[in-house]
Amino acid sequence: FLPLILMCSNLSDIISTVEFNHTGELLATGDKGGRVVIFQREPESKNEPYNQGEYNVYSTFQSHEPEFDYLKSLEIEEKINKIKWLPQQNAAHSLLSTNDKTIKLWKITERDKRPEGYNLKDEEGKLKDLSTVTSLQVPVLKPMDLMVEVTPRRIFANGHTYHVNSISVNSDCETYMSADDLRINLWHLAITDRSFNIVDIKPANMEDLTEVITASEFHPHHCNLFVYSSSKGSLRLCDMRASALCDKHSKLYEEPEDPSNRSFFSEIISSVSDVKFSHSGRYMLTRDYLTVKVWDLNMETKPVETYQVHDYLRSKLCSLYENDCIFDKFECAWNGSDSVIMTGAYNNFFRMFDRNTKRDVTLEASRESSKPRAILKPRRVCVGGKRRKDDISVDSLDFTKKILHTAWHPTENIIAIAATNNLYIFQDKVNSEMH
Amino acid sequence: MGEEEGLHQTQLLDTMFVRGLKRKCFDGEEDIEGTLAGIKAVPSYNLQRQSLLDMSLVKLQLCHMLVEPNLCRSVLIANTVRQIQEEMTQDGTWQMINAQNTGQASLDRLVSTDILCRSSGDQAEGKHVPAYGTFNKDFESDQAQDGSETMSTASSVQAPRNLQSNMWEEMENPQENKGNFQKSLDQIFETLENKSPNSVEDLFSEVDNSYYDLDTMLTGMMTNTKMGHCDSLETFSSPTNTASNSNCKSDLNDLDHIVEILVES
Repeated sequence: FLPLILMCSNLSDIISTVEFNHTGELLATGDKGGRVVIFQREPESKNEPYNQGEYNVYSTFQSHEPEFDYLKSLEIEEKINKIKWLPQQNAAHSLLSTNDKTIKLWKITERDKRPEGYNLKDEEGKLKDLSTVTSLQVPVLKPMDLMVEVTPRRIFANGHTYHVNSISVNSDCETYMSADDLRINLWHLAITDRSFNIVDIKPANMEDLTEVITASEFHPHHCNLFVYSSSKGSLRLCDMRASALCDKHSKLYEEPEDPSNRSFFSEIISSVSDVKFSHSGRYMLTRDYLTVKVWDLNMETKPVETYQVHDYLRSKLCSLYENDCIFDKFECAWNGSDSVIMTGAYNNFFRMFDRNTKRDVTLEASRESSKPRAILKPRRVCVGGKRRKDDISVDSLDFTKKILHTAWHPTENIIAIAATNNLYIFQDKVNSEMH
Repeated sequence: MGEEEGLHQTQLLDTMFVRGLKRKCFDGEEDIEGTLAGIKAVPSYNLQRQSLLDMSLVKLQLCHMLVEPNLCRSVLIANTVRQIQEEMTQDGTWQMINAQNTGQASLDRLVSTDILCRSSGDQAEGKHVPAYGTFNKDFESDQAQDGSETMSTASSVQAPRNLQSNMWEEMENPQENKGNFQKSLDQIFETLENKSPNSVEDLFSEVDNSYYDLDTMLTGMMTNTKMGHCDSLETFSSPTNTASNSNCKSDLNDLDHIVEILVES
């Protein structure tokens, strides 16, 4: 996998989520200011082979505005926490975007023709003087400059007391779920004034609260199954056919703690920040602070694979606790064939693990080290001892440069990396097919 | 805030927390006789654990902003506080702290995070040592027992819960204290002994007769007014509904000083 940089786009605000649509033609980003920017891939043309596959801005719109909750005297941030595309069912594209409290369904349509030759109104739309109309004509559609229109079709409000951390569209294409810290709701895409609560882990006495929901996702094929992860590092697979309220899990996935690594930070670093089903639906990928793990749905006792993302931070946990970095929520991603997994780290590094060859690589997303069309150079973090040229020592890592959000094209080896304000898109030109 | 400074400061703490087992932290060189001369540059496990506890408590209190704080983060910090308290209860170190119960001592403990991380912290540690000397010995005898430091959740949960409940009570009913953070720490440690389950509001409980949902209790400071940025210490020292402003003002300067030391801002 030899990524070439395709594009580095500087956005006006910190990117808070990145998501490809189901074909990979469109890439949506949400930012801290409540804006959504959609990029579209240029169609491949034989005339300009180097321009093929580039992503250019397709549409920008303001999804959420800051709000004020008067009862609690609190601001509701407009930051977009998650974007999920709906499967395309007609010419229009649709996506769900959410901030902490409100989910919105947006419809994106193109207009590249407009009717001309009306009988009753002129070119500017003013009514014609009827006495001047002597003959009838049939209006014809004439091409115009492409216009992308975005309209809010549904607003799903007031469903959540706590902060929404995930949304997931069901494979039935009719329902979706939204999860906050303590509850998960099931919505119908067409109904905004009602939702069903399917998971509720709020204790009767809030004094007893020790665990929150951190992420959740529907199974890609079985519309009755979904998984949610917790701050204690466990995963729960739930079956909506079993009961209306899925507080009782069908399966609980939990790895026993390693007693030799036990510390006061053990629970914090075991908290799962992201969970993703594989495309096959057979596996789940989880990210906790130091590792990514692959779980087999059929095995609840432990993950089948564990990969160290940045184990050199294990000796720095107290510092990272003090500066709050230990609470950073990194996402993870599968490639299209489920053979490679990817996640972000600090210092604008991101890591990829090949599940078959067991090889891994660390790459950097930065303007300085990436020229267009340049091949990314693998990076290394050294932990004292022998140090090669170009190695970075653990102590000089920049913890403000964190890559929390990454996405992988559904079929090709194209990845999108969000590094603060910058969006990087890398493509593997050598192997455009997935292996 | 100087992130690098913060990282540098807690490097010593990092060395201790790499492995959580107490055994490993008490390496042979460290003299646990309880005398000043025996304490080397690396602070003892108990001091470091104490400073982690203090840091966590400050984190919980300083998370008041215009936006609701992150519930996941607050829960994780609170769980860490509970773990430490449970371990300290098992050690019997809680009792020792209560015995050494002057306001001054609490204040020193609060400052200890910074002092611990300095290489020459002897002067400050001098104040600590008498407090910890005696129970270091107790701890030593405990070491003979089973060394696995698993955090039991059964019996001692009540104690940590009350700790937080009383800490929270301080903030909620400030007319009961003089708005003095060090004093509230005292009361926290004192009331740990008092394991009455009917203790007052806890970290997460609903407070007040207010008509809105206060499930997110970590923002419980919101009961009266909208919070300013990181105003928490000011708030529970001088809330809007108390008349003890004169007492609070001088204490406020102390509090600012403490916060500065801890937060390095």
